[in-house]
Amino acid sequence: MSDQLSRTATHWRRTRNLTFVTLGIWFFFAFLIHWFGAELNNYSFLGFPLGFYMAAQGSPIAFVILLYLSTRRQEKIDDECGVAE
Amino acid sequence: MNGRFIDNLPRVYGLYTGGFIVFIGLMAVLEQMGVSADTLGILFVAFTIAIYAGIGWLSRTMQVDAYYVAGREVPALYNGMATAADWMSGASFVAMAGGVYFGGYGYLAFIVGWTGGYVLVNSLLAPYLRKFGCYTVPDFIGTRYGGNLARLFAVIVLVVASFTYVTAQINATGTIAARALQIPFELGVWFGLLGILLCSMLGGMRAVTWTQVAQYIVLIIAYLVPVFWMSNVQGFGLIPQFSYGGAVERIGELETLQGVGTLMPTESYADMRALTTPHASAPDSAMASWKFVTLVLVLMAGTASLPHILMRYFTTPSVRDARRSVVWSLFFIFLLYFTAPALATFTKLQIMDPNLATGIIGKSIVEVQTLDWIEKWSNVGFLAISDSNGDGLLQINEFFMRGDIVVLATPEIAGLPYVISGLVAAGGMAAAMSTADGLLLAIANALSHDLYYKIIDPNADTRTRLIVARILLIIIGAGGALVASLKLSSILGAVAWAFSFACSGLFFPLVLGVWWKRANRQGAVAGMGLGFLAGSAYLYQVRFVGMEPWLGIDHLRFGVVGMAVSLVAMVVVSLLTKEPDAETQAMVDEIRVPGGATVLEQEH
Repeated sequence: MSDQLSRTATHWRRTRNLTFVTLGIWFFFAFLIHWFGAELNNYSFLGFPLGFYMAAQGSPIAFVILLYLSTRRQEKIDDECGVAE
Repeated sequence: MNGRFIDNLPRVYGLYTGGFIVFIGLMAVLEQMGVSADTLGILFVAFTIAIYAGIGWLSRTMQVDAYYVAGREVPALYNGMATAADWMSGASFVAMAGGVYFGGYGYLAFIVGWTGGYVLVNSLLAPYLRKFGCYTVPDFIGTRYGGNLARLFAVIVLVVASFTYVTAQINATGTIAARALQIPFELGVWFGLLGILLCSMLGGMRAVTWTQVAQYIVLIIAYLVPVFWMSNVQGFGLIPQFSYGGAVERIGELETLQGVGTLMPTESYADMRALTTPHASAPDSAMASWKFVTLVLVLMAGTASLPHILMRYFTTPSVRDARRSVVWSLFFIFLLYFTAPALATFTKLQIMDPNLATGIIGKSIVEVQTLDWIEKWSNVGFLAISDSNGDGLLQINEFFMRGDIVVLATPEIAGLPYVISGLVAAGGMAAAMSTADGLLLAIANALSHDLYYKIIDPNADTRTRLIVARILLIIIGAGGALVASLKLSSILGAVAWAFSFACSGLFFPLVLGVWWKRANRQGAVAGMGLGFLAGSAYLYQVRFVGMEPWLGIDHLRFGVVGMAVSLVAMVVVSLLTKEPDAETQAMVDEIRVPGGATVLEQEH
């Protein structure tokens, strides 16, 4: 029983850490870079002003990749802690 | 075909997609044979609605878990498609590119907000709610915090947010049906509702799931085809989304030449605008940046609080599938959202660039007025041209149009065949219908399951519950159509309000219900009640009384105020009152672990 308790405790600690990291990256692409949109627009990327690019494509692409990677990581944590379905 | 429907999904939807492409080809042939554009529009809309209705009929059910959560057997990929259709409404399909067309960079907040919200859904809520095993969102609130009051408050927030949203969708189906079928708008609204009810009434969540998958396929084809076509005609390459940088740059040059942002219109037309905002100019003050990120915030938090989205993740077979299906959802949504700015950019260039055959700015007014698409859209009052300065040439401040025609008119502006216009109309209809279905079902399920079964009559038998659910569906749908036919608000305004309503009342009670064991009933009731009240009161003051918005938080962002109040109220009241009992705390531990049985039973 105590073994299972420690397993779920480890699982939750790792899940929580992963969530914090995910949300940190999310915060960067959701808010931080758009705050500096005007500055970023001085640079050019693929022919786009960079600020415009990040809002139109960069952030959404980052979200898709972030979700994919964090979901894979979460599945690994579930498996390693033996709490997967 | 052998085996159950669920085992044959790739074949069923593969055949369906092939069939739809054949249908498009057939329409193209009919166009060549001289069939009129109006007839093609009618055929497109009627044919697709008939298919959705057919799927709705085949999915009819009298089982509780099939009606509420599609029997929890929807694979991740298909749930992703269904969620994408559920999510992308008439506003996404019809209004978003138009918004970028007129609003430029500032409007991209909608694209960032409506994609990034899924990071919150996946990280904070969807897998945990799936493990919980609830039928509806108030079902989670009611069981996690206990007591009818918490459940009732969740139902109220859900109904207000979703009803605001659904009237906008029924409005959109009415607009499209009216134009495609050549009937008055008021009749179009009821026709749209009939289509929506055919999809959802007999089979509940199961029917809505399988029609939404079909609707996603139609709407994504309809959105992508014109953009790919235009890009290849204009020489911007095979995959336009990655190569329209040059077009953005060219628009920047033309804006300086043509005076966008300096040449202001001297006349005004109801609901129509002239182009005055430069395409790629970023917010350049702290206040402008603040407005951008606060809009992003309420759209994201609203995404994670809207019950019609969250309940889609109750339908997967497992917690792992729920997670995977959020990733698929975001991917399928992303396909449309990263195309919308490309579409807005190409359309703008078509209109502005004098080197393109389609360019109209700088041409003689008389010549422009004889163009087919200008004539057609002027006749219905969606577009206007006026020689304000009397020089006989069309300037940027003399060309007015409504934002929501950008997507619908693009095929004609670019000179694409009419079959594409018909396809786009069918896509817009699919987008609006699929979202309306999800919303109506969310409202009716909350009222039938949480209000009727859990609070009013816990002894009701299965048959009665499902009949009540269906009667409510019809009543709410009719109410929505009635409000929509009064034309009280524009499509996008009402949609943004729904997000702020939802996050004011539900975001923190949902998230803290999973992430903070100490959150208790009193705290949740305070968080929902005060957050929702504060948000609504602020909206009322700013929008209808004329109060000066605080810190630029206007009626599109009132969720910022609601959420702040909700968080403070919930934390303070929870800490001032007794911590939840051991049983509740164990329940929270239970939902944090993917394995094992759900907290609520399979049928409840």
